[in-house]
Amino acid sequence: MMKEWFRSGTPWIWLTGGALSISLIAVIGLLAMIAVKGLSYFWPAQVMQFEVEGFVPKQTVIGEVYDSEIVPREQLSAAGYDLSAFNNAEFKRLLIKTGNREYVDLDFRWILTTDIKSQSTPSGLAVIERSKNGYFYGYISAVIKNGETITENNQAVLNSLIERAVALNKQAHKLQSDDIGKINYQLEQLRLTQKGYELDNEFTPARAAEIAKQQKQLYKQSQLLETELFALREQAKRDQVVVTDMRNEQVTLEISEVLAIWFPNDMSVFDKLGHYFMQLGKFVSDDPREANTEGGVFPAIFGTVFMVMLMAVIVTPFGVVAAIYLHEYATKNAFTKMIRIAVINLAGVPSIVYGVFGLGFFVYVLGGSIDQLFYPESSPTPVFGTPGVMWSALTLAILTLPVVIVSTEEGLSRIPSSIRDGSLALGATKIETLWRIVIPMASPAIMTGLILAVARAAGEVAPLMLVGVVKMAPSLPFDGNFPYIHLERKFMHLGFHIYDVGFQSPNVEAARPLVYATAFLLVSVIIALNITAIRIRNRLREKFITLEH
Amino acid sequence: MSSLEKKQTLNTDRSRLIKDRFAQLSISAGGVMVLLALLLIFFYLLYVVEPVFESAKVEQRNTFAIENVEHVVGLGIEEQTEFAYVLYKQGEIAFYTVGDQQFGNVINSTPLNLPSRATSFANSAPFQGLYGYGLENGSVMIVAPKFSARFDYNQRVLTPEVSYPLGKNALQVAQNSSAITRFAFTHEEKNAAVLALTADKRVLFTRFNLTDDALCCAQQWSVKRAELDFSGRVDELLLTPDAKRAFVRSANQIYVYDTLDTHNITLIQVLSANEENANIVSSKLLAGANSLMLVNDNAVVSQWFEVNNDSERVYKKVRTFNVTQQANMHIYGEYYRRSFFTTGENGLLGLYYTSSDSTLWQGQVSEHAITQFAIAPRANAAVILAGKDISVLNIKNEHPEVTWSALWQEVWYENYPEPSYVWQSSSASDDFEPKFSLVPITFGTLKAAFYAMLFAVPIAVSSAIYTAYFMSDKLRKIVKPTVETMEALPTVILGFLAGLWLAPIIEQYLPAIIALLFLLPGSILATALAYSQLPARIREQLPEGFHALLLIPVIILITWLSFAMSPTIELWFFDGHTRQYLTSELGMTYDQRNSLVVGLAMGFAVIPTIFTIAEDAVFSVPKHLSNGSLALGATKWQTLMRVVLLTASPGIFSAIMMGLGRAVGETMIVLMATGNTPIMDWSVFQGMRTLAANIAIEMPESETGSSHYRILFLAAFVLFIFTFIFNTVAEYVRQQLREKYSSM
Repeated sequence: MMKEWFRSGTPWIWLTGGALSISLIAVIGLLAMIAVKGLSYFWPAQVMQFEVEGFVPKQTVIGEVYDSEIVPREQLSAAGYDLSAFNNAEFKRLLIKTGNREYVDLDFRWILTTDIKSQSTPSGLAVIERSKNGYFYGYISAVIKNGETITENNQAVLNSLIERAVALNKQAHKLQSDDIGKINYQLEQLRLTQKGYELDNEFTPARAAEIAKQQKQLYKQSQLLETELFALREQAKRDQVVVTDMRNEQVTLEISEVLAIWFPNDMSVFDKLGHYFMQLGKFVSDDPREANTEGGVFPAIFGTVFMVMLMAVIVTPFGVVAAIYLHEYATKNAFTKMIRIAVINLAGVPSIVYGVFGLGFFVYVLGGSIDQLFYPESSPTPVFGTPGVMWSALTLAILTLPVVIVSTEEGLSRIPSSIRDGSLALGATKIETLWRIVIPMASPAIMTGLILAVARAAGEVAPLMLVGVVKMAPSLPFDGNFPYIHLERKFMHLGFHIYDVGFQSPNVEAARPLVYATAFLLVSVIIALNITAIRIRNRLREKFITLEH
Repeated sequence: MSSLEKKQTLNTDRSRLIKDRFAQLSISAGGVMVLLALLLIFFYLLYVVEPVFESAKVEQRNTFAIENVEHVVGLGIEEQTEFAYVLYKQGEIAFYTVGDQQFGNVINSTPLNLPSRATSFANSAPFQGLYGYGLENGSVMIVAPKFSARFDYNQRVLTPEVSYPLGKNALQVAQNSSAITRFAFTHEEKNAAVLALTADKRVLFTRFNLTDDALCCAQQWSVKRAELDFSGRVDELLLTPDAKRAFVRSANQIYVYDTLDTHNITLIQVLSANEENANIVSSKLLAGANSLMLVNDNAVVSQWFEVNNDSERVYKKVRTFNVTQQANMHIYGEYYRRSFFTTGENGLLGLYYTSSDSTLWQGQVSEHAITQFAIAPRANAAVILAGKDISVLNIKNEHPEVTWSALWQEVWYENYPEPSYVWQSSSASDDFEPKFSLVPITFGTLKAAFYAMLFAVPIAVSSAIYTAYFMSDKLRKIVKPTVETMEALPTVILGFLAGLWLAPIIEQYLPAIIALLFLLPGSILATALAYSQLPARIREQLPEGFHALLLIPVIILITWLSFAMSPTIELWFFDGHTRQYLTSELGMTYDQRNSLVVGLAMGFAVIPTIFTIAEDAVFSVPKHLSNGSLALGATKWQTLMRVVLLTASPGIFSAIMMGLGRAVGETMIVLMATGNTPIMDWSVFQGMRTLAANIAIEMPESETGSSHYRILFLAAFVLFIFTFIFNTVAEYVRQQLREKYSSM
């Protein structure tokens, strides 16, 4: 009977079905995992207080439970634990994030559950997010406002003091990056102008005097601003907060370094929700801190969007023109076949090869020539002859060209030829037919192609590592200094951010949740783009099905 | 209609036509652009790679005659190749201009004020740029030509002068003031050493250390002396730049001494180094001082270096070169690379590279015998003395270490026990020899792709068959885009998950992963069997193509179970510790980021590629074919195997090719999920380094135009060709298939 059953092929059908289930579980499971891990990053977790004793000396440990794992007895014995007091076959241990990085050796520690004598979630435990050294956990014992100690109702006072310090720091930061940055930029421009004159042998005393005058003026302005900056920083340093940490010691923290304080054990679900969205907002709008392992990802989002938009501007005309050529003009011959094979191959060439090509051809050949022609005064510092956002956009434009071509061509092929014939019969030329009739009708397909190209480009990292992405860009490719858009600058990218923080950062454990959050952000943007593209394409298909019949 | 209006219409018509024509031209140009873009990539990569395979060139720049040729003991040329200098036996250095503008003018002639008559002369290792005179009073004088640069009106001006790096006083070597008849020396920062043969036939080793005297402001050379236990004829003396090894050549015997400890100099080996029926005429240490090069009078040069031989290191003959035959041969090395030159009586010059075992250039550079030779620091020029003429040769030898065979065949590198495939592009040390074998990284690429395909092909093709053939239309419309979503997932995220999430899990639950390999198919079959036992009434209620959905909870349950059971399985089969078991019982090393992780992660990335194309191929098999088969009484499975798959097989093949193309070129996943070690081992528990990851890692730090840079371009070119073949074959097959279907 079994033999017959096997011969009927039913088991094989089930096996193929099983393969499909595995793929489905993998896709959905993966997306779900990224979503859960990414989104839970912002949720204010309970802060636990453990009293531990056993393999570690008696002490109090305060922190968030970060992870837990089961360890077999043998592994612990091998690690030198004396387990004679226990007869369990396996042990559970918790990874606790204890923060307070400058006061303890490690801000993460493993604790065996057998060591835990008691655990609680006491009210009043504060989580302090700081601009340096990560989180701090402890009890607020006093607030020092301008030298005088306030003990009662210090939460409200504290919040107002933090708000004040954050506002002052923000102001100082703005002053430094915008105003002083602008002056530095102008000084650099002056230096280049002078060098340019020198190179042309046109550096007359009159010009020298003019430049010296401007420089002097700028220095003076810069000095004024710096005094202002120092004053602001001084003001921000006015207040302190005293916290009792898990060693039961009083630690004084500068409020100017505190970004936020919350008491997760005392928060209601709504408070937590509010906190959640606030943290989420900060994540997308803040600059990274502490070698990218904390803070937000705003520059990476900005860099990604800017580069992708630049790429879209480059790739659309070329892709659409090529598709129109292939579908409307090209006759079926060997040459057209070659072009089609070229399109397929452009889509199939590994992205890193584009990176190599981009680095060699765009950066060194094109960029190098641009520097020689237009920026001789900057030499030997390259302007365009070094990786930058423009070369990244160009490289990705070639990479995504086939996506736009294939999608546009598919759109063109769905437009019934009767429509073209009708237009031509009325006396329109071919280009008029294309321009007035065909392209408007195919525009959703072009849009689809463009969106897919953008989605592909947003997720591509390997070529960018060669042609312009950096882990920390000092300035955005767009700012208030003329000519406002700086195509030669390097930029940050979400995908590279994931690689860099996940694999190159010194404290991978601390940075991991942030990487998940970034990954979730990137995945959701890309999937949303893809779904939009597919929707548009399906709508278009249905529209033309009705036209044909 | 008035004639005026008519004319206007005609005009507009013409301009419309012109516009139309113009549009056609520019759109066609735009279309051709695509092809041009591909060609540009192809040819640009080739253009960068090509110089690597260019052969070396040697040509004469210019020549001038000097006098007192018989007194010349040494030559040299500085880094910019603008000045050459000649050292005379009487203790004098003459500087000449040899730049393109001026040639052969004497700049100055500096006397060296030797305290006594010179009885011998020696060069240091080329990169040290030193020259030494052995004197009649038993001392040694070391001098270095120096070129100080200053800027005049943005123009670099070099001024030659002589410096005395060990002080203006000669260093006393022979305490009994016996004349130095032969010597070798080295000087690096605060250390110097001299190996000398005196007129009274003793071989002395003297080490000088610069000590900071705390009491006095002056620095002093402290001296340690030793005498080598050697008697007999001495033909040549050699000393490594680090002064750890000394060589004494006595006719065809080479005596190797360990001179690390001055007070305990030991003879470690005696080599009878001549070729059969030949005698050694000259010897030299190659750059890096690992290799000893010996010239035989039958025009064979042999290379010797230390290799590990049963716990001790011994000098061994590694390879020989047949050089151009001439009398009175000498050999010269470069500053940093393993190239060497041979000169001789007939004015013939030969240029060879050791590791790649290649003859780079041979030819006649002079009518006369070449008596002196010196290479420029950048190895782009050489100066020779032939007859009475000093000639400067321009040498173009950018990439001697790269040959087609060195890239793809085993090479015996210095200090390696045997020839091997090695990729090691850089190191902290200066005298490091770069090793560029593309074999280990190409192997890594294929290994990664192999494991990825091993995982992806069965799952993707089965899924495609099931979706296209067994699934209801409604369900298919949901399932297909879901699987295709995977394609949009950035590979950096897959790589991150593989490296930081999957790799530790696999390490911890290895038994579960191995168990799943059997449990999953088993449980699917068990479910199928159980299902077939259900009453027909219930079975008929389930619509077509729900097997997959039914199986989802089963698979999840089995996976969870095997993970939960993992420690137990570990205890049963692997003595409680799988990794230890693998290492001790099976002799396999286990890397956390291994091929298994890469296979799973990259397999996951190529599944959608294969799935989409294969599904399309199966789905577009004309329905009348399968209907015909079913009508003739074949079961669904028989129809699938004998009709549908047979027809769709080219499409499935093309899908697999596309998947392979993607797996070969994938960068981020392998970069993040493997240890990136270029090893050659098929083990599933070890990592690899792929071409793509190698480019990503090393490209940013490679110097533009260097051999390394060009070889990375070559790696990109190899990738390009790989994927070009896969994609073109796949596309060709697909086009054929499309034509076949349309005719059905």
